[in-house]
Formats: sequence, structure tokens, C-alpha cells
Amino acid sequence: MTQNNRLFGILVPVISVLLGLLAGAIIMLVSGYSPIEGYAALWNGAFGDAFTIGETIRRITPLILTGLAVAFAFRSGLFNIGAEGQVIVGWLAAVWVGLAVDAPMILHLPLVLIVAMLAGALWGFVPGLLKAKLGVHEVIVTIMMNYIALFITNEIIRNVLTEQETTTEAIPATASLASEWLQTLTFFSRMHYGILVALFAAIIMWFIVQRTTIGYELKAVGFNQHASRYAGMNVSKNIILSMVISGAFAGLAGAMEGVGTYGTISVMSGFTNLGFDGIAVALLGSNNALGVVLAAILFGVLKEGAGQMPTSAGVPTELVDIIIALIIFFVASSYIIRWFLLRFKKEGK
Amino acid sequence: MDPWVSIIVATFIGAIFSIIHAVASVSFRANQVVSGVAINMLALGIGVYLTKQWYGKGQTDMVSEPFFRTDIPILADIPIIGPIFFQGIYVTSYIAIIFAFIAWYVLYRTPFGLRLRAVGEHPMAADTNGINVYRMRYIAVILSGALGGLGGSVFALTIVSNFSHSTIVGQGFMALAAVIFGKWHPLGAMGAALFFGLAQSLSVVSGGIPVLQDVPQVFLLIAPYVLTILALAGFIGRAEAPRANGEPYIKGSR
Amino acid sequence: MDYVIEMLNIRKEFPGIVANDNITVQVKQGEIHALLGENGAGKSTLMNVLFGLYQPEQGEIRVKGQKVNITNPNIANDFGIGMVHQHFMLVEPFTVTQNIILGSEPTTKSGKINIKKAEREIQELSDRYGLKVDPTAKISDISVGMQQRVEILKTLYRGAEVLIFDEPTAVLTPQEINELIEIMRSLIKEGKSIILITHKLKEIMEVCDRCTVIRKGKGIGTVNIKDTTTNELASLMVGREVSFHTEKKKAVPGQTILEIENLFVKDARKVDLVKGLNLEVKAGEIVGIAGVDGNGQSELIEAITGLRKANSGSIKLNNKSITNLNPRKVTESGLGHIPQDRHKYGLVLDYPVAENMVLQTYYKKPYSKATVLNFKEVYDKAESLIKEYDVRTPSASTLARALSGGNQQKAIIGREVDRSPDLLIAAQPTRGLDVGAIEFIHKKLIEERDKGKAILLVSFELDEIMDVSDRIAVMFDGKIVANVTPENTNEQQLGLLMAGSQLSEAGVHNDSE
Repeated sequence: MTQNNRLFGILVPVISVLLGLLAGAIIMLVSGYSPIEGYAALWNGAFGDAFTIGETIRRITPLILTGLAVAFAFRSGLFNIGAEGQVIVGWLAAVWVGLAVDAPMILHLPLVLIVAMLAGALWGFVPGLLKAKLGVHEVIVTIMMNYIALFITNEIIRNVLTEQETTTEAIPATASLASEWLQTLTFFSRMHYGILVALFAAIIMWFIVQRTTIGYELKAVGFNQHASRYAGMNVSKNIILSMVISGAFAGLAGAMEGVGTYGTISVMSGFTNLGFDGIAVALLGSNNALGVVLAAILFGVLKEGAGQMPTSAGVPTELVDIIIALIIFFVASSYIIRWFLLRFKKEGK
Repeated sequence: MDPWVSIIVATFIGAIFSIIHAVASVSFRANQVVSGVAINMLALGIGVYLTKQWYGKGQTDMVSEPFFRTDIPILADIPIIGPIFFQGIYVTSYIAIIFAFIAWYVLYRTPFGLRLRAVGEHPMAADTNGINVYRMRYIAVILSGALGGLGGSVFALTIVSNFSHSTIVGQGFMALAAVIFGKWHPLGAMGAALFFGLAQSLSVVSGGIPVLQDVPQVFLLIAPYVLTILALAGFIGRAEAPRANGEPYIKGSR
Repeated sequence: MDYVIEMLNIRKEFPGIVANDNITVQVKQGEIHALLGENGAGKSTLMNVLFGLYQPEQGEIRVKGQKVNITNPNIANDFGIGMVHQHFMLVEPFTVTQNIILGSEPTTKSGKINIKKAEREIQELSDRYGLKVDPTAKISDISVGMQQRVEILKTLYRGAEVLIFDEPTAVLTPQEINELIEIMRSLIKEGKSIILITHKLKEIMEVCDRCTVIRKGKGIGTVNIKDTTTNELASLMVGREVSFHTEKKKAVPGQTILEIENLFVKDARKVDLVKGLNLEVKAGEIVGIAGVDGNGQSELIEAITGLRKANSGSIKLNNKSITNLNPRKVTESGLGHIPQDRHKYGLVLDYPVAENMVLQTYYKKPYSKATVLNFKEVYDKAESLIKEYDVRTPSASTLARALSGGNQQKAIIGREVDRSPDLLIAAQPTRGLDVGAIEFIHKKLIEERDKGKAILLVSFELDEIMDVSDRIAVMFDGKIVANVTPENTNEQQLGLLMAGSQLSEAGVHNDSE
């Protein structure tokens, strides 16, 4: 039984990805494009040269963090749809502190990252608190918090950080994750040190969830709140903690954009989608740290590679969005994949 | 082309598209929030993909025959009420209001509505009474998709007149807020939607209204969302969601 | 023959198990036919087959001699078969009428539900069978007993001729049970037939005409109640001679371990359910709390264990107040708790057995140090408990969910007893278990008593209370109304006390006062 589950745990995402890519190929065929050319363009767009590889890694970085954010909350039974809003406030906080504070890098950069995490954590704290104390469903609250983040951030950019401008000044080098060395290495891509932050965060998440009593409690609360209370755990505290840590991961993702890739923040007409993509990443990565990293790599590659598809193969970039959406459908409907696999196994015997 | 044809087609496509969600969450027991997130991504992806296919660019051409503001015959001539409610309006607004009443009647006065609500509260009870839970849930999702499609087409044919990646940004989520704020009741949801609409239009025109001149626009923009959270937290009276909302029904399990 | 329902050689499989293996049941017109078996013997599965919720792999069903194919509950209804479910199938926010007509609603010409007509019809039905149900009441506002009568009305409204009652008395008070028996008799008088699913022998002896026994998915046979005895039925059900008596030495009570004074506790709806309760449990004795479900037992336990706030009064453990401490502090003060609902409270079903074994101790050495878990220690502990308490599991890393009910309960008992608490609370420790597991658990409780621990046993099964306790505290309406010993009382007297009669009326000698 256990072994079967572990096998399914690996097979379901792999099959889902393959089905997603197959569906993408079929869509290309039906709309009169060559799937081979299309996927070749995608491959080149992601791995074609040092520059694209650098850009791909840059794109993967925040996806790892939002994936971790969603996955972490998931482990304690909470659905953090609010990663999106937490990214936005994290981004704002990072740039704000980057601009407002004057300090040597060794203090400034950590401060920027910490404040970004705190901002995200605060945005996670509100739904966590409402869930823990009043039993309000976190999905709805986090959706609402996303919009509140978006509108407030835009307001602050326009009226506090600038005077009716749409983009802030660039942050000073002391607050920046950008690396000349990495940029030269990748032919002046926007790759930055953030990838190390993201991977480190993945290790932290793994350690907390799998190896500590904190993770033991968080997971217990996620599986069964009644038993957790019976066992003497503080359920409210754990729910809030989970949302706070989740929000901190997402806030850090915002900092990757704010002080890594762009160095500024601009008024947004819509969402960054980093948080929503994080849901996809977490789901495909089975909510564990290693899985999240691998899923973030896959989605980062798809998204970055998509940029090459219109010019080389004439395929609209949105094909990749369709593929990713389908992959999530397949993973979410894993019941049917499991059912097929079990049948297949039975008949094979 | 006639805009009426457009909205009928849109309603139909919305219904068809929602079948994906129904299959995933009713038959394949997918987490409905996940499936919902995926369907949002998919819709946007397909929408823009087809737009690029058909128009060779990121947005469609402008609709040549959208809905125009009109006066409703006879009613528009009533003094005071006429100019406020029946002059220079979109007919579709009244269709939406009529739909809310129809939904209320169907849900609370007909056998179909009783069964639909039973399936949302206690699917196993419905099942033991011989109601096909899966069928009811499919119908519910498809009707919801149809109304969603209708909503999208009305938005496109009245306010924006074209389609691009940024045409539809969160109106669906706003609807979710309206349902909760309206205490899970069709007429309540309608009231909430009217109120949210008022808040949004105030944020646009507040500069011209003396009382609201000094209220930063952002407060009006976030008002619907903040109010929804407050409603959920029980500060504005609490209402229970259907008991089995979001839970797949697995026959034979307890 | 005048059989109204025949189920012949029914076989029903689920992945991995055969729930029904070649079972035959034949129900005569106008009889109350019992279906007897232990928990998990396959009674409910068989009835779900009859009701069209499951399809059998083999066998046939006949209604009045005609072979029929029942593929869903609608068809069962058409054949006049109705089911009164153990877990009520009622939509809480709906009214009685809405629940009853759901799925077969009368309508006006315009397609609107004709609610007035439905209410009238239901009132008539209710009056005819003496069910005393208010058609306009909301389900969430009416008592459990009335909810059950709504379930009965649901089947009658659909014209049921054969009513299946699935463990109907499990949730009822003794008075409500008497009322139910009256209702069943009046149904028979009106020409209905009844199948009664139960594992309670006394009920069968009292109301049934014939009884079909099922054991481990197999049909054992059908007997006439007139020609049998409780003991015979019991051994048919279990498959061997059952001794109803657990061997134990006389208790040697020591100092007072648990002392509760004037305790008041409210339930979730802010209603007082424990009302000035006093109770004492001494070292080396088992105190059994007898009472009908809903008289404040759950709230009492939750208050002692810290899961619910006590509104006033005091709870002392080893002479130290534990009133309103949180569950962890209470546990650390020396309390073990075998909870009433093991799936809800006792286990994290999605954790491996091993991690469940340290549910209250994971934060302590040696299982963790500075928040870092030491899995080797956790698994070592688990392995030794699994061995000592005979928990049948493929391994310590198997999910608790995969274990049978009896083994899950053994795991919980192992965990609770192993901490060597001064007071062990066992709430319905044997509910839903087979006889083997029940005997094991009773033996363990007595062993702990003999080691000088104080045991508080709460059970709704009088047999268990009589059998295991050294002293019985009868709980009624939030108070302990009598303290008796098993030797000085019998089940009739206990039943009266549990229903609120005074000691003098019940004719019981009170031991403590």
C-alpha cells in the first residue's frame, strides 16, 4: 500500500506533464503549427544560449518561493490562494526599504529581505487569524487580500513612493541581489543571487516540515484538528504560524522581483501571476520541497521558453499557459489517473 | 452581428467550458479550488491564444454592434423614477436583475431547486432519496458556467467592446464576494453586486462629488473586498455556506 | 410461501474484502425480522444491497416472489422498500416536510412545490402512526428521537411496505427506545414488515419474531426468537461460547486520585450539560459512569481533559487543581485518555502508526531535542508498543488509517497506558469492536487497575459497565444521581436510575451516601 502510494506520488505528476505536453502538441497540430518546431522553439527559448539559461533561472527563482509558500500552507491543511497578494506586498516592502534606508550592503540587503518576508507574513497573518479564531475560510479571505494588496500597493507607488509616477526609482546597489558575475556569466541576463536564496528556502522548508516538532504539529493540525487538540497542540497557533510562514515565503518571492530582477516596482494593471503559478508548482510538486523545486524548474522553463515560440514557430505564447493549466487539471484529477494505473496493473497481472 | 446572438453564443460556450470543471471536480474528485484555478488559467490561455490565431494580434477588433444605452419605452416616461432607472441604461442590466429573481424562484420554490440545495447540503441524504447527485451537480456547474459566460459577454459588449488578456480581471472573484456578502441567497447576491458596482463607479466619479472628493480612490476600490472579509468574520451578520460545498461526493462512503 | 422479501445467496465484494458471502435472508409478511451480527459482520452492506445503494456480485432478490433487480434507491422505493438510516439522512436547514418530500415533491400546475398539500399529507401520516411530528419544524431544531421519526415518515410517505431499521436504538434514550418499539408494533399492525439491523440481543428478544445471524460476512442461519435464548444468539453471532463475565479480583481502592466538586460545563450551544457534578475516583478502582448518551458524559470528559472549559467548580488530580488547564498541562499532570471517537480524536489517521505513538510526547526527550525530531527513538518506542499491545500492522510506518478498528484502538490504549498515567479515562473504549478486541481491552483496563491506577470508564453499554466496573456512578441530566456497586444492582434498576428515577423508587441500595 505505502509503496504503491509512493509510486503513484511520482507517476501521477510525470504522467500529467506528459499528457499536458501531448495536449499542447495536439493543439498546435489542430491550429496548423508544427509541434516539433514549436517545442524546438520552446527548448531554444529556455536553453538556447547562456543568456536564455540565465533568464530561465531568473524566472524559476520566484516560482520556487511561491510554490513553497502554497505547499507549506497546504501541509497544514490550508489553501493559500493569497500568495499572489503576499508577493505584491513583499515586492513593495523590499523596494520601499531598498529606497528608504541607507546602509552598507551587509545590513541593507538582509534587512530588505527580512522586511519583504514580514510584509508577506503580515498578509498571511490576517487570513490565518480569521481562520484560527473565527473559522473563516482562508480561500475567500486570501482572494480578497490579493485585491486589497494590489490596490493599496498601486496607491503607495503613485502617491507615497513617487509623485504620480508609475514606476519607482531603482534601488541602490546595497539593497540589490543583482550580480555582475552572474550577469557576465550568462551574457547579461537578469539572473541574480536570488536563486541561492530560493534553494536555501527549499531546504529550510524541508527541514521544518520533515524533521522538526514544528512540522510535526503543523502536519497534524492539517490532517486532524481534533486529534491535535487532544494531543495538547495549540491549533490556533499552528494555523496562524502556517499562514505566516507561508506568507513569508511568498513575500520573499516578491523581493526576488523587487531587488533581484527589476530593482523597481511599477503600478500593476493586474496580478503578477507568480502567486497563482505557485499553486500550480505546489500541486505538481506534491507539496514537498524537492517536488516544488522540480516543478518550478519545469514551469519556469515552459514560461521562459514560450517567449521564443511566436518568433521561431509562429505559436502564440499562451499555448504554454494552456499546457500548464491542463497539467494542473490532470494532477488535480489524479483519481482518474490512479484508477487507470490500477486497472492497467490488474490487467497486466 | 446582433449582440443578442453574441450573448447567447457566449452563454452556450460558458456552459460547455464549465463541463471541464464539472468533470474534474464531480467525477474525478479533484479539489474544486485547484480545478477552479486551473480553469481560470486555461480560459485566459485559450482566449488569448485564439485571439492571436484569429486576429493576428493580442486583442480583438472593436465590436461594431455592442449594446447601447437606451430608454425603456413607457417606463422611461414616468416622472422622477423614469430618468433615474429607465433612461440611458443597458437592457442587459435589467436582464441580470430578472435573472436573480428567476434564480430565487427556481432555488426556493421548485422541486429542482429543493433537490439542488439538498445536494449541496447533504448529498448522501439526496442520494438515498433517489436523487442523482452527480447529475444535479453537473447541471449546477453547467448552469453556473452559462451564467458566467453570459456575464462575461455582457461585460465585453457594454463596457469594453473588445477582448484582450486584460479584459476580464477578477469579475468572477468579485462575484464570489457578492455571493458571500449576499449570504448565499440570489437576491442577497444581487444586492451585494449592486452595492459593489456602486462602490466601483463612485471610485471613478468621486472627484466630482463634493462629499467623496477627499476620500482617496483606493478606499472605494478596496471597499468590496474589505466588506466581504468583515462579512465573513461575522461583523455584518453571519450566514452559513452549504454544508457540502467544495466536497466531492463519493458514493457509498460515510 | 408468503415471503415479502427474499435475498438469496447474496455476495458482495469490495476491493480486498468479501463483505457478504452467500447470505440468505427471507422476511415474512408482517413480521419483525432481526438481522444480527457483530460490528463489521456485513449487516449494513447487505441492507444497502437491498436498498439499491450497492449491486451484488451474485445472488438474487425477490419481492413477493418476483425476482427483481434493484439498481438504485428509487427502484427500492417502487418495490415498497424503505430504509431508516442509522446516521440520519436529513438536510438540517430544511423543514421536516422539505426533507420528506425531497425527490418526490408534489407540485402545482405551474411547477411550484405544493408545500401546503405536502404538509397536510405528512400531518395525516404522522397522526395515523402516532409519530407526533411537526411538519413545519426545522430539522436542526428537533430532538434526535423526532428526527428518527421523520426518517420513518420519509419511508411511509413513499409508500414503503417493508421498513429497514439500521441500528435504530444506538442514539436513543430508554424512553425513546420504548416509544420506538411501540411505533414498530403499530407499523406491523398496519400491515408493514420490518427488518431490524442490530447487535443488541435484548432488543431482538423483546420485539422480533425471527432472527438471521451473520458472522464475518457469512450467513449463519435463521432462528425463531420463541425457540432461542440470549446466550444461543450470542454464541451464534460470535462463533464460540461467550462468557459475559470478565475475571477480576476484588478492588483495593487507595487514595483519591480524581476529585470533582460542583462542576458546571456548557456545551457548544451554551446550554449547561454538566450541572453541579461531584465525583471521586480512587487509586486501584474502576469507576464506571452509566448513563444515556447526551446526559453530559462527553462534556464531563472534555472538561476533565481540558478540551472544554468548565464554567465553575473544581477538578483535582492528585490533590492539585487541573481545572481549565489546557490539554497538554492536564496530560502532563498524569492523565491518560482513550477518547470516545478514536478517528476524530485518538489518532491522526494520515500519520504512520509510529508517529501516532508519540502524539503527546513528541516534544520531549528522547523523541526530540531542541525541536528536532529523533525518528529512531520514535520508531523504537513504536515497535515495542506494537509488540506489547499486539497491534496488528504491517509495519510501524504504515498509516494508522490502514489498520482495523480494533488495532487502532489497541494502538491508542498502548500509547495512553504506556505513559503510566495516574488516571486513565476510557470513553466507550470498545465501541464498534469485535468480541476478541473487547476482551483484550477489558483485560488491560483491569491490569492497570491492579497496578494501582485510577480508571474512569464511560460507556453506554450497560453490560460493559456492569462487567468491568468496581463502582458505578449513574449520570443523569448532568449530575451523578447514584453511586452503586455491580453486586448490589441489576440492569433494570440501573436503567431506571439512568432515566431519572430516584434511588428509593428504583429500590437500590446507595453505597456511598
